[in-house]
Amino acid sequence: MTFVWAFVVGGLLCVIAQLVLDLSSLSPAHVLVLFVVIGAILGGVGLYRPLVAFAGAGATVPLPGFGYTLVEGIATAVKTKGLLGLFTGGLTAAAGGIKASVIFGLTVALIFKPKA
Amino acid sequence: MHQEDSDQAKAYQQLVKSNQPKKPIVKNVLLAFLYGGMISLVGQGIQVAFIVGGMSKEDATSPTTVVLIGLGALLTGLGWYDQLTKHGGMGATLPITGFANAMVAPAMEFRREGLVMGVGVKLFTVAGPVLVYGLSAAFVVGVVRYLVTGVA
Repeated sequence: MTFVWAFVVGGLLCVIAQLVLDLSSLSPAHVLVLFVVIGAILGGVGLYRPLVAFAGAGATVPLPGFGYTLVEGIATAVKTKGLLGLFTGGLTAAAGGIKASVIFGLTVALIFKPKA
Repeated sequence: MHQEDSDQAKAYQQLVKSNQPKKPIVKNVLLAFLYGGMISLVGQGIQVAFIVGGMSKEDATSPTTVVLIGLGALLTGLGWYDQLTKHGGMGATLPITGFANAMVAPAMEFRREGLVMGVGVKLFTVAGPVLVYGLSAAFVVGVVRYLVTGVA
């Protein structure tokens, strides 16, 4: 059943983003920034965690999931490290994704030539 | 005279507006739903594969993101991801694969400007602002939660 909800929730998050893009004068980059911030806020008030439990990758694959990951990482780190966790928790939780995007991004950019 | 000018300007603005192509919002929204849903579904499949491999649900999220970013970067290199963003709009841009695309595409394009000012800088054209404001928002949220609840 999670597969169905992953599709539906992932799709709906993109629908909201598409509506913001089409009905405002924001660029796609602005929308991405906005949605990461929204994900962090929803994570902070405890609304995003149930969405992740409900829809799995439907909530973690779209970019608000990145904001949520940062906030969850801080929460975990503050429990063990105290206030230092505010500085270490976000990047610790997101380390896999950030490092992957640099390594894969650099590799692909060096190997492939842009099409026309 | 001035009044006349601004009236003309207004009329011109309206003329420009009426001749702009209308955004096909309904079509865009449907395609965003399909593309975003499909990419999330692929992500769910990868996550389940990691869970079947013995990981907990929470532990499986990070390697799933790594695989999706790899796929997004590779498809961008092959020139295929541009087709996805062209048709799927935010359906292909909002998922983490689209984040990878937003890093790789400008880095490839500006390769000729050098490894540092071309590739190195352009990899963070979109990732830079996303990280700056994502990390800052999460920090503020963490501080507020700490002040309110005593734990973040």
